[in-house]
Amino acid sequence: MRVDFILNGAPCSADAPPLARLLDVLRETLRLTGTKEGCGEGECGSCTVLLDGTPVNSCLVAFGQCEGRSVTTVEGLSGSGPLTPTQRSFVEEGGTQCGFCTPGVLVSLEALRTRDAHPSEGAIREAVAGNICRCTGYARIVAAARNAAGDGEPE
Amino acid sequence: MSAPVGRSVPRVDGPAKVTGKALYVDDLHPPGVLYGATVRSTLPRGRLRSLQPDPAFDWTGLTVVTAGDVPRNVVALIEDDQPILVPVGGEIRHRAEALALVAGEDRERVARAVRHLIAEVEPLPAVLSIAESMAARVVIHRDDNVQKRYRVVKGDGAEGLSRCEVVVTGTYRTPLQEQLYLEPQGVLAWWEAGKARLTGSLQCPYYVAKGIERAFDLPGAEIDVVQAVTGGGFGGKEEYPTLLALHALLLARKSGRPVKMVYGRQEDIEATTKRHPAEVEITTGCDRDGTFRAASIRIVMDGGAYVTLTPVVLSRGTLHASGAYRWEDVSIESCAVATNTPPNGAFRGFGAPQTIWAMERHVDRIARTLGVDPLELREKNLLRAGDTTATDQRLSGSVGVAECVARATEASGYRERRARGPAREGRKVRGIGVSVFFHGSGFTGSGEQKLKGTVAVDLLPGGRARVRSAATEIGQGTETVFRQIAAASLGLPVDGIDVSVPSTANVPDSGPTVASRTVMIVGSLVEKAAREIRDRVDGERSAGGGSFAEAGDRLLAREGAVSTVATYAPPPGVRWDDATYSGDAYPVFGWACDVAEVEVDLDTFETRVVEFWSAVDVGRAIHPGMCRGQIEGGTLQAIGWALSEEVVTSGGQILNPRMTNYIVPTSLDAPPFTTILVEHPYAHGPGGGAKGLGELPMDGAAPAIASAVEHATGLVADALPLLPERLFELAQGARP
Repeated sequence: MRVDFILNGAPCSADAPPLARLLDVLRETLRLTGTKEGCGEGECGSCTVLLDGTPVNSCLVAFGQCEGRSVTTVEGLSGSGPLTPTQRSFVEEGGTQCGFCTPGVLVSLEALRTRDAHPSEGAIREAVAGNICRCTGYARIVAAARNAAGDGEPE
Repeated sequence: MSAPVGRSVPRVDGPAKVTGKALYVDDLHPPGVLYGATVRSTLPRGRLRSLQPDPAFDWTGLTVVTAGDVPRNVVALIEDDQPILVPVGGEIRHRAEALALVAGEDRERVARAVRHLIAEVEPLPAVLSIAESMAARVVIHRDDNVQKRYRVVKGDGAEGLSRCEVVVTGTYRTPLQEQLYLEPQGVLAWWEAGKARLTGSLQCPYYVAKGIERAFDLPGAEIDVVQAVTGGGFGGKEEYPTLLALHALLLARKSGRPVKMVYGRQEDIEATTKRHPAEVEITTGCDRDGTFRAASIRIVMDGGAYVTLTPVVLSRGTLHASGAYRWEDVSIESCAVATNTPPNGAFRGFGAPQTIWAMERHVDRIARTLGVDPLELREKNLLRAGDTTATDQRLSGSVGVAECVARATEASGYRERRARGPAREGRKVRGIGVSVFFHGSGFTGSGEQKLKGTVAVDLLPGGRARVRSAATEIGQGTETVFRQIAAASLGLPVDGIDVSVPSTANVPDSGPTVASRTVMIVGSLVEKAAREIRDRVDGERSAGGGSFAEAGDRLLAREGAVSTVATYAPPPGVRWDDATYSGDAYPVFGWACDVAEVEVDLDTFETRVVEFWSAVDVGRAIHPGMCRGQIEGGTLQAIGWALSEEVVTSGGQILNPRMTNYIVPTSLDAPPFTTILVEHPYAHGPGGGAKGLGELPMDGAAPAIASAVEHATGLVADALPLLPERLFELAQGARP
């Protein structure tokens, strides 16, 4: 089944079974491998993408549901341009370690940023509550997100 | 140019990781790749009678590998007891053990084919717990099920107890814990003109290469194992990837195609290594004033079905069992026993978190018995420079534990809060607890001397240099910190240094990325090799003048290549006796103090960590940000182990092999951390005295939390995790 949708801001068309996982279409059909699979059952959040601006686990989204909708992946956050403030802050503050959860975390934070330019620590923790990180203890993730919003505390 | 060391420079691998450009093994799609999958046993123990492809299934285009295709059917590790695939007629020793392999172009068809290889298995009685293994009514390993024993004696050993005024005994237990690296195990293998090629998610490329050498009888020169970007390890990718690599190479050899094998999460949890469950019985003697005198400790760990790394895990557990305290007389007897469960293996802390949990809980028990404050009791008995450990190791320096205790307790207001008693508000009650602990840096005893890790540094044109080592970046920041160390040695900027991707064809064997050894041991070799390059360039500069780059380029023009190699040599005076298990167990120790504040809901018995303080003696913080990242991340894994993480088994089967029911902490479960870096430099550490750090943070959170729960509720938990139902049971038991 051919599905026309908007991928990272540009029109895109892909042919895949309607029940194919959006995750597989992104990673294998379209070779956008930034979106990761950590559990395949919507628990770890490594495969988080934005569907019409809302974070979803792409392992639980049937590709057929994407007709006419907008999908944003980690590759779409900065495109071919410079790093976004959040991405830059993650590199500087240690918000990423092994990096496997990072694409999903950044996508979740992007959804938060678009509705709240200066989120509280609680709002940041809530926004990434569906993204399991096993490396950082989340403190550096929260610090990076706050710094990117210009709300960081000097150490 | 500011000094490269002691500064939180941006992560070198950061930009690729935040843009999705970093390529993990499952992101690689070479032309013609096949997907491999594993046929696994469904019984914990049995004899494999036959293994037949279902004739009704269409096997066209699929490759099947069985034990008959394996040149030498052994996974090379400490003992040669583990087969790569169970042969027909052979014994299945745990559930999820590999019996056969299938590869094909279509993943779903491969998954179906796995279900159409029919194994006929004669069930055998299985040993499924430490108690059953100790009873040895069924013997599955040698003649007594014991995989390894150690004995440590200091002074009069257990005899010392008879002279003590106050004797206290307790037994402490810890559960099976899953590493749960976010990226599941995975490799990609192919053969090129008879040479084995492999890339994957792994911590120790040379372990994998040695496994290939052995199984395929190939010389090392015919093998190249390259680390792919690796999504976390925590020990889980220390020894296990060797088995997976051998599987993929077998499929690749038979099919003549590249083969990728990436585990799904459930398969990963069911089949791969975990933290050894442990039971630790401690009897101690002290004076009425709380001065510790004698300790007698017995440790039993569940090694699982094969020996793998269990002897080394047990060793580290043994060597940390007496805690960060001074004892005149010590007896430690430890053993690991075999069970018909998947082999337990490396996991951050490597046996020490289990025994430190026991000793820290026990010190709280002594405090309770004596009616003294647990912190004061600890402070009175802390090891100081000049004291000797249980193995008679005299601590010569870099013992920052007293400062760690002072700073963590001060920052948290521990004394005042502890003295005020639990703070109750409605149905919620808060308490505060402390733990003090140490962790040896680098391999135990003579390990580093036997290994002789080697690092190379190459001078590059234009005033640059390149570090070649087998140390892997698995998230902890190796690539960045090695650049800092080399830059400082060479007098170059951090971005003037390259670090080679570990590839066994291209880097010397600097040893595995384990045991809190990467920065301290391998990093000091980086420093040494880089300094030699610097000396050579400086020599050229004094002879012919010019900048570093100009002099370096002249050297290169003249000699073609300029490389230096540094090989480990023990610091002077280090001695260790493997026979008596005494002497300098580790070159040096990291030290720490944790303080946890918890809130317990007295209706539901749920425990939440409200706030957490750690003060950690890292020797020297080369990259303070990454030190914090290690401490906070390791602490949160320990908080998970304390409160929610337990792999539950029944009949040798894991009942919660999914992220839906194996619960690790989320951002909402993680407390705010106050992390204090204490620097008592180690004379032989790189960058001005860095010590090992990776494992230390796993050791202290669980006992600090249990102590805080006890402070809040009066409930004394001696077994992990502190699930609501456990606390409820304790509360029921505590009622008259």
